[in-house]
Amino acid sequence: MRIEIPELAVVALIGVSGSGKSTFAKKFFKPTEVLSSDYFRALISDDENNQRVTSQAFDTLYYVANKRLELGLLTVIDATNVQKEARVSVINLAKEQNCHAVAIVLDMPEKLCKERNAKRGDREFEGHVIARQAEQLRRSVRHLQKEGFRYVFVLKSEDELSGVEIVRTPLWNNKKGETGPFDIIGDIHGCYGELCALLEKLEYTVDKENFTAAPPHGRKAIFLGDLCDRGPDNISVLRLVMGMVKTGAAYCVAGNHDVKLLKKLRGSNVLLTHGLDKTVEQIEAQSEEFIAEAKTFLDGLLSHYVLDGGNLVVAHAGLKEKFHGRGSARVRDFCLYGDTTGETDEYGLPVRLQWANEYRGKAAVVYGHTPTPEVEAINNTFCIDTGCVFGGKLTAYRYPEGEIVQVEARREYYAPAKPLTDKPVLNDDVLNVDDVLGQKYLATRLRRSVKINAENSAAALEVISRFAAAPHWLIYLPPTMSPCETSKLADYLEYPAEAFDYYKTHGIGKVVCEQKHMGSRAVIVLCKDAETAAKRFKVNDGSFGIIYTRTGRHFFENTETQNNILMRLQNALAFSGFWNDLGTDWVCLDTELMPWSAKAQKLLEEQYAPVGRAGRSGIDAVSGAIKKAIAVLGESVDNVEAMPGQRVDLDLLLERYQKRADALKLYTQAYRRYCWDVASIDDYRIAPFHILATEGKTWSGENHIWHMETIAKYITGTDPVFIATNHLLVNVLDENSVKAGVKWWEELTASGGEGMVVKPYDFIAQKGSELLQPAVKCRGREYLRIIYGPEYMLEGNLLRLKKRSLSKKRNLALSEFALGMESLERFVRGEPLYRVHECVFGVLAMESEPVDPRL
Amino acid sequence: MLLTITYTGESATDLGYLLYKNPYRPQMFELNHGKAYVFYPEVSQQRTTAALLLDIDPINLARGKAGQASGGLFDYVNDRPYVSSSFLSTAISKVFGTAMTGRADERQALSDSPLNLTAAVTMLPCRAEHEKLKRVFEPLGYEVIYDTFVSDENFPNWGESSYVNLTISAKVRLRDLLKHLYVLIPVFDRQKHYWVGADEVEKLLRIGEDWLPMHPEKAYITGRYLNRRRYLVNMAYERLASANADDGEIITAEPESADEARDKVMNLNTRRLGSVVAALKSCGAKRVIDIGCGEGNLLNLLVKERQFTHIAGVDVSHVALKRAAEKLKMERASDSMRERVSLIQGSLTYKDARFSGYDAAGVVEVIEHLDIARLAAFERVLFEFAKPPVVVLTTPNREYNANYENLHNGSLRHADHRFEWNRSEFRTWALKIANRFGYTVQFSEIGDADEKYGAPTQMGVFTLCE
Repeated sequence: MRIEIPELAVVALIGVSGSGKSTFAKKFFKPTEVLSSDYFRALISDDENNQRVTSQAFDTLYYVANKRLELGLLTVIDATNVQKEARVSVINLAKEQNCHAVAIVLDMPEKLCKERNAKRGDREFEGHVIARQAEQLRRSVRHLQKEGFRYVFVLKSEDELSGVEIVRTPLWNNKKGETGPFDIIGDIHGCYGELCALLEKLEYTVDKENFTAAPPHGRKAIFLGDLCDRGPDNISVLRLVMGMVKTGAAYCVAGNHDVKLLKKLRGSNVLLTHGLDKTVEQIEAQSEEFIAEAKTFLDGLLSHYVLDGGNLVVAHAGLKEKFHGRGSARVRDFCLYGDTTGETDEYGLPVRLQWANEYRGKAAVVYGHTPTPEVEAINNTFCIDTGCVFGGKLTAYRYPEGEIVQVEARREYYAPAKPLTDKPVLNDDVLNVDDVLGQKYLATRLRRSVKINAENSAAALEVISRFAAAPHWLIYLPPTMSPCETSKLADYLEYPAEAFDYYKTHGIGKVVCEQKHMGSRAVIVLCKDAETAAKRFKVNDGSFGIIYTRTGRHFFENTETQNNILMRLQNALAFSGFWNDLGTDWVCLDTELMPWSAKAQKLLEEQYAPVGRAGRSGIDAVSGAIKKAIAVLGESVDNVEAMPGQRVDLDLLLERYQKRADALKLYTQAYRRYCWDVASIDDYRIAPFHILATEGKTWSGENHIWHMETIAKYITGTDPVFIATNHLLVNVLDENSVKAGVKWWEELTASGGEGMVVKPYDFIAQKGSELLQPAVKCRGREYLRIIYGPEYMLEGNLLRLKKRSLSKKRNLALSEFALGMESLERFVRGEPLYRVHECVFGVLAMESEPVDPRL
Repeated sequence: MLLTITYTGESATDLGYLLYKNPYRPQMFELNHGKAYVFYPEVSQQRTTAALLLDIDPINLARGKAGQASGGLFDYVNDRPYVSSSFLSTAISKVFGTAMTGRADERQALSDSPLNLTAAVTMLPCRAEHEKLKRVFEPLGYEVIYDTFVSDENFPNWGESSYVNLTISAKVRLRDLLKHLYVLIPVFDRQKHYWVGADEVEKLLRIGEDWLPMHPEKAYITGRYLNRRRYLVNMAYERLASANADDGEIITAEPESADEARDKVMNLNTRRLGSVVAALKSCGAKRVIDIGCGEGNLLNLLVKERQFTHIAGVDVSHVALKRAAEKLKMERASDSMRERVSLIQGSLTYKDARFSGYDAAGVVEVIEHLDIARLAAFERVLFEFAKPPVVVLTTPNREYNANYENLHNGSLRHADHRFEWNRSEFRTWALKIANRFGYTVQFSEIGDADEKYGAPTQMGVFTLCE
């Protein structure tokens, strides 16, 4: 016997104890597909025959079954299922999970079952239990289909059993193997002229006489339903679509109007409203033969298709993710009517829930049904009913290109019940906490999967909620940067040799050394104007850009200061022709903003200056006291034997305190270099070092010399606020070039410069499949005083400080870099806000990971 | 980092006997975080000065002794090695421990008598107003002199540093001077290097038993010494109060002038929460949610009301929620309490299904902590998506700030407030929100109303239209 079951279904095995269900299940299904009540009894009570825990065992079984089905996995329920109540649970499970229920009945001779049970020995069933079960089964079999099992198979003997073959058939809506490309066409409503024009525009060869159209090579059309009603030539549309589907040139899904038409054709009494009257009038003039054909066609329309390996879903009114590839009355209704509440609005039309706002699936969902003036795209869903019959446009969505092709309606054929502009509010303004909270694995292009821990996202949620700017602006957060390996030289903690060495040992020849400006990291997003900000960033408060910190916070509390700086940048870019030459009306820049004191004022006032003050004055006082004590001792005679530690050499102590005093002075000088008072915008300095992204493009494909030169060409040099970054190209394989690099760094840092950042020549550097550090910093000795404290170079302190581990920092740097690049990439590709935000949020979450903050 | 003690009087060199430290022998002592030295910068029959130098190892401090990955308690850039902090108190008790007990074998009589003593504390971090130095030391009989320092002479606009060089002089027993210093040095510093635990209360009571109960600033001293950990303070208060029960004194909250405004606010807070509870009760709500519950002050009142069958507290801060759980004693709560109360980490600017299904929401002193630009997201999260039938929302009335002496020229009541609205601004906003999301709103004021400026807090009760 050949048993055909859908690839996704709930399969109930039905049979009395000892009928061989478990053996059967073992033979035909994967062990993980089979959920046996005995197994669950044992799981929770250590005894598979413990009838007292039956109810708990089934709770657990159904919990697991639900999880499996949610993931789209076929599930077999191995229990006797001879009682109706037990089967109701199976049917309800299938309904809940929107898939079919299948019954496989093992109606074996009672004698055989009894014998088997007797042999097992571990069961204390009395014979009458089996007899009762057999009786229950006998009464049930006839009603199984009625109970809700879509497919029922009954096996009555060992012989029959041995001849069984189980075949799993794909669901009808599963067209995952079809990869397109497709031309998906929205609601036509009898607009035959526009349909032909659109197909021709899509380069189909249309034969209007014979109602066929041949697609250009390799393409296929998909019609989103609602072929008829309201429009001028419903019959021709029907004929053409039927023709195309017949020849395999097109797929078509059912629309609510198509379903209603079918009902009418089948003789049901339906109201001839919403334009159906016209269709009926036209169709009644057709031949019997055509009507029969149309009936068959409409009857065969599925509610949705899943295509291209699951990356594309088409349905008339859209479909939420958990319904993709499922089949049930609920799914069908969703496909036909959308996510309705049952209420009607002031126009008498059904109120629709905005499922698309919540949509988080990976498949693009292309649908129609709700006419809007323009294509509504949100969260990877596309509503392409642009109301042709109401005088709008007929739209095609080209997949996978994402291109929109349209023809204008020749006229308004039907007055809309409500204006097209009164459309449902689709927006992704408000993010969902589920998008960010809890443990996440983010897939990025550069690193396959970046894990975000729940406690880190909890910390990030607080920071982002309390301090960050609007998420629409935050398309990137900079990654942390690791220092080079610790220097082997006695007097240095960091030295360029190790930075060059890192890239050399990882197969990189050329590196770019960039001066590390001592300020604060600032990301600038600038639009040409406020309209661009509204259109591209969906920021509608009239702002045209933002300057934000590495944690996504407004850099300036004072918006006016920010805007003045942004305006000067706008001027610089307009003057240099940046917008035109790079073909964009916005840009995202990675920069360093100086002075350090601009952002670090509080830190300076509360930590850096006080430490210097306390250190200088405190040590002075101590030195004074020691000097006096030395003078006192000079007069004294102390002949008593002293224990160790009891006669301290005050001269040595004084010497030490003089060294400490010097260290404190150098420390104070070190932080003072990075501070100056800001009286006006002119006192700020901004050094851009990456052009991260512009419209439609990230610039990570360009090397760092390109970034430096392009920045010099377009951004710096005209306005003194925007400064170029000193840099040097070093060939790490060439000894002289390395020497020059070291010398460059020594000069830079001797005069108090923070140090340098060494980057691989290419923005994204890899060794094989391993992502390399996008940058490694090498900080100067003077600068490090403000990191490791005033006295870090005294008395062997350096030796102790050299014990440090970089591996965690480096790993974070890579993950954060991958996330940063990912968020930009997603943004320029026009992906939904939540997709961009999850990466940005991820960077912040990783930054809450405890790691030595001095690295 | 440096403490000197000067004894002026006949045979002043006897200071060496009292301290058990030979004036002609500089000594070194090993301590947990570094070393201490004792030497004498001045030795004569008329005047002798002993110096206690505390030499903290800055690297150990930051790394922890073994240089463990998690690091020590402090940053590398740290004032601890250069100031007189609780580390110095520890050093005093270690190095001058015997002197603190008052034992002085050969010079017991001297030790038992008040002497002319001067103590100089170098670089004492003093975050309170300097006036406080006098108010703390003068009642103990000291003459108080102190020098202040600019933070950085190159940047005069960064202002004064918090450090002072403090000199106190009195006719006092050496042991008392040491005890006073031991307790009072950490009082002026904000940081403490050891964790404050219950044994700290014992220590304070022991060392302060002779003088603290009578000190007019005892509440301040106790509070600061115990690092303002409220439950410890209460314990210490109670113990102090019972010690004074015979004279009927009851210890009240810190009577600090700068805190008077805060006292008022605390009082206001109680009234505010009372009004919110009343509003939530009168709307008949059974399931209530406190959005922005912080450490659970409102929750604590809500659980006492039988009317509320389900109570949820939402806050973005994990730490605040932990405190709330502690306050509600969730750890050992009964099953029915656990079923009734839930604490949720959530954000006011992210849509959250967990906010739905409540009859009423309280949003008490929360919106002013949001950037005004993010308010739009909050409005939708609460009024459009969570959509509770009733919202009770409070926010400060900025006009009333005129009555707070310490709020000058437009400064706000709390450092984290992003804005404060006057009455008309609040009403305009509330009416706009009500209109947009289909609510009606009723306004009321909380706290003593001022004729001109209204009450300190304004409340809006939003009711969803049928």
